[in-house]
Amino acid sequence: MRRTPRRIVALPALILLAVLTGCGSGKKEAQPENAAAVPDVPAYGDMIVEGSIGGISGFLSAVTSDASSHEAAGYVFNGLVRYDKDLTLEGELAKSWEVSPDGRRITFHLRKGVKWQDGAPFTSEDVMFTYRRMIDPRTPTAYAEDFKQVRRASAPDPYTFVVEYARSFAPALASWGMHVLPKHLLEKHPDISKSPLNKKPVGTGPYRFVEWKTGEKVVYDANPDYFEGKPYIARVITRVIPDQATMFLELKSGGVDIMTLTPPQYTRQTDTPDFRTSFNKYKYLASAYTYLGFRLSHPFFKDRRVRQAIAFAADKKALIDGVLLGLGQEATGPYKPGTWAYNPNVRKYTHDPARAKALLAEAGWKEKDGTLVKDGRPFEFTVLTNAGNEARAKTAAILQQNLAEIGITMKIRTVEWAAFINQFIDKRDFDAVILGWSLTPDPDQYDIWHSSKTGPKELNFVGFANPEVDKLLEEGRSTFDIEKRKKAYFRIQEILAEEQPYVFLFVPDALPVVQKRFHGIHPASAGISYNFPRWYVPKALQKYRIQP
Amino acid sequence: MRGSAGIRRDFARRLLRNRLTVAGGLVIVLFFLVAAFPALFTSQNPDRIDVATILQPPSAAHPLGTDDLGRDVLSRVVYGARVSMKVGFVAVGIATSVGLVIGLLSGFYGRRVDAVLMRFVDIMLCFPTFFLILSVIAFLSPSIVNIMVVIGLTGWMGVARLVRAETLSIKERDFVAAARAQGAGTLRIVFRHILPNALAPILVAATLGVAGAILTESALSFLGIGVQPPTPSWGNILTVGKNYIEFAWWLSLFPGLAILITVLGYNLLGEGIRDAADPRLKGR
Amino acid sequence: MLRFVARRLILTIPLLVGISLISFLMIHMAPGGPISLTTDLNPRATAEARTRLEKYYGLDKPLHVQYGRWLARMATLDFGESFSPDGRPVAEKIRERIPITLTINILSMGLIFMVAIPIGIYSAVRQGSLFDRVSTVFVFTGFSIPTFWLALLLMILFGVKLGWLPISGIGSLEYHSLTVMGKIADRARHLLLPVLLAGFTGLAGMSRYMRSNMLEVIRQDYIASARAKGLPERRVIYLHAMRNAILPVITILGLSVPDLLGGSVIFETIFAIPGMGQLFYQGVMARDYPLIMGILTIGAFLTLLGNLLADVGYALADPRIRQG
Repeated sequence: MRRTPRRIVALPALILLAVLTGCGSGKKEAQPENAAAVPDVPAYGDMIVEGSIGGISGFLSAVTSDASSHEAAGYVFNGLVRYDKDLTLEGELAKSWEVSPDGRRITFHLRKGVKWQDGAPFTSEDVMFTYRRMIDPRTPTAYAEDFKQVRRASAPDPYTFVVEYARSFAPALASWGMHVLPKHLLEKHPDISKSPLNKKPVGTGPYRFVEWKTGEKVVYDANPDYFEGKPYIARVITRVIPDQATMFLELKSGGVDIMTLTPPQYTRQTDTPDFRTSFNKYKYLASAYTYLGFRLSHPFFKDRRVRQAIAFAADKKALIDGVLLGLGQEATGPYKPGTWAYNPNVRKYTHDPARAKALLAEAGWKEKDGTLVKDGRPFEFTVLTNAGNEARAKTAAILQQNLAEIGITMKIRTVEWAAFINQFIDKRDFDAVILGWSLTPDPDQYDIWHSSKTGPKELNFVGFANPEVDKLLEEGRSTFDIEKRKKAYFRIQEILAEEQPYVFLFVPDALPVVQKRFHGIHPASAGISYNFPRWYVPKALQKYRIQP
Repeated sequence: MRGSAGIRRDFARRLLRNRLTVAGGLVIVLFFLVAAFPALFTSQNPDRIDVATILQPPSAAHPLGTDDLGRDVLSRVVYGARVSMKVGFVAVGIATSVGLVIGLLSGFYGRRVDAVLMRFVDIMLCFPTFFLILSVIAFLSPSIVNIMVVIGLTGWMGVARLVRAETLSIKERDFVAAARAQGAGTLRIVFRHILPNALAPILVAATLGVAGAILTESALSFLGIGVQPPTPSWGNILTVGKNYIEFAWWLSLFPGLAILITVLGYNLLGEGIRDAADPRLKGR
Repeated sequence: MLRFVARRLILTIPLLVGISLISFLMIHMAPGGPISLTTDLNPRATAEARTRLEKYYGLDKPLHVQYGRWLARMATLDFGESFSPDGRPVAEKIRERIPITLTINILSMGLIFMVAIPIGIYSAVRQGSLFDRVSTVFVFTGFSIPTFWLALLLMILFGVKLGWLPISGIGSLEYHSLTVMGKIADRARHLLLPVLLAGFTGLAGMSRYMRSNMLEVIRQDYIASARAKGLPERRVIYLHAMRNAILPVITILGLSVPDLLGGSVIFETIFAIPGMGQLFYQGVMARDYPLIMGILTIGAFLTLLGNLLADVGYALADPRIRQG
């Protein structure tokens, strides 16, 4: 009688176990570099392969809304202005500009001799055309608002473009970073989203479009006639790899040259000497922050002391260590540390459970068997966050533990994004949320904090209403004087810190990693990609031979 | 002509003789124990976050290591068994009930009712099940209840057909006519004659169904629309584990192994029941 | 025979209508319209922009009108335009993706066929032996293992640790510059893991069915009589028994279509393969109604096709049906 061991099932598992834990380092990486021997001279050629989680949906930024598409469009198109490495506006297609003393008129002086990639000349007609299409109801764009503020636009000569606004409007300047569209190629198409240019773009930018295989890759070649000089890297390929772990494997095996790392990848998987000989990691603060937002009309959260107590209870260091593995900074307000509008001297909330409890006691909450109770009601609420976001789920879990320590029961509910917005946010059907904002370089946040923006589908969904902040927001956006704006935004941050409509949690680090053969990368406030056309690979290190 | 006791004895004997089936059964018993009495298998709190012990390999303190928030993996796997059990059983319960009702209605009332219902079954069967589940879950909030209901509502078709076949075949037999002549009501016929005969195939379908439900739940959690953290489920531990698969192998290995072993157990048992009950396979 | 096929074909029409109705209703019960991703929580969008988009997508018309329009277009295989910003026709998007998904599915069906049949036969012939038991566990493991888990493990093993196979995509970057043979080899290397994966998990059903069929056939009288006639055992098994047992099994291949399609969602995402499964997942996440309905319908259609082929195959195999 034969006995079949039950453990036969364990055999495949044991083999897998041995394989995973036994082997040491993975594949050996690219050629070891002797930095001294290779002359660090900019050279033309080679190719860079970018990894992207999401595919793109089109090249015309006006009618797309996802970051991947905008990034892709950025290779091919230019705006009148752009942000430089210190996040100040500089001219791109506009050589210079003047703002009239009353702040209502901006005159752009456009560069001469710029050509579209099909050879046609770039003129103010194109800018005018772009403006007209932005406000055209046939254009399915979500970004028309800024352009609708324009009262009058004119193009007195081929290299001048003038816009007039009803009132002085500081964010206006930044809005002209919108990509300029070629009139001669689009005027025949009433709806630009349906035009061939959305799939085969022609712009004025550093790279020309070559090929787009949906869901797979996009290919660009350097534009030899680019007005700032031909880019060094001859070809760019963006590969779609929807999974972060897979992308990382591709990076290590050479299939991808540049990608964004997650905190664990950055700290745990890229610390080997092997990795360091082949890749450069970068770390800088990202332009985004995560927060816990309260519905200010909720009976518990009406009281400012309760909100402050929760801010004291939240262990921000634990959040940064746990969620970001230390790669980030505490957020004290809705601005990124290091930017000119950031106020470093606002009230801070260190992790102080005792103080939290004291504040809650003041607000009438009594402790009973480890939970807080007031008027017979225990302090319980539900926090909502969107499903599929690992960082937010972890943030919620840590906060849950923090609050449990002071007697508050926070339940977590993750909801899929569209339902989240439509059923809960829009209908104001929530107690609290954990969400994030991404930050544009212009500090105007009128839409988020102004008391008039509390309608359905508007962004002040927590219901914040402070007359002083309202006034300051209006001041901040109606002057071009940086010092005046700074004063207004500084005071706003003071008030927000005091009022805590959100508990501002953290600002994460951006963690790009680039294959070491790419030189010319200089991290700055704007990140590393601001000078992409100036990146190069020294001749001796070039990996791909690209036919010009 | 063997009495029913004799048939059952035969069945049991055949069942127990198959070593693999027994192995499957034992695995399932273990699974039940773990789900019902988690405290026997771990003393740690599966939700206790400890930022200082993030992503640690297996050690004396944490036999299966810790996850990305410092929580003990062993306890999470143990408590995760509960979720799997819940989902498996409720989903299959729903599927079996729905299938039973539809199959009975179809078989009993025949004709048009049968035609309409079977058409409905055919239509449902045309959808690639996972596609269907994915769509529905993604539109509703991902939650344990929704998952259970959706898996159940997309898995009843097999049972319906089985029950219908059984009902049709029994309905025409003489002893049913005799029972009716004696005044036996429909329900009595169902419970005394149809169900006992259909029991074995339904049991097989249910057992295999639990296996499938557990796999589906873990796949949904993997895609981020299953059980949401911080509630531990084998599937969602794997979602996290996949990001650390190269160096935190324990996060991926153990939950995956748990799924594999449990599902294997159910499949072996189910197949074993099928083999044992199959009247064609006489002898061995 | 022809009548049988024709009858079956006609029966599929009401099924298709039923399918489209169910998927339409299902998708519209979802909270949140398809435009939400474009405009929600986007500081630069306004209510006006939103209404404009709503009108543009036709969401302001009542439900039955929307369905009527959709059904009429479906009859001409026009699934409308995708709601995603690229606005391309759904049929086009699906058409681009189908070949690769079908290729992988067909190849894995082939793999299943080539591996499961011999395993099933041998297990039946040697019922109860070590081979039978081992192969049972092997096959069942494939059936019980979470596909995504196995996918990652295989990728690590073959892609990273051993470096033998590429880990994602369907073609290398140098694909265009390869010779025809080179292209085929490159494609093959990229598809090897996905096909292996899909095949491994699908082995169980086929081989178990083969095994039980074979077992049944072996016990038939004519096999006993062939043995009694003194024919060599090998001929008995491989010629007579197998031939009769195998036909029904082949028809089952057609029925594995829905499972393969469903599984494609997971491993297409992991291996970054631009196929129908990946497209579907993205469509679901973006609430892209026309795309979702298009793929569900196509998927159901493919399933119907598979069932039809299975039925026809069965009819061919079973002379009783063939006559009638």
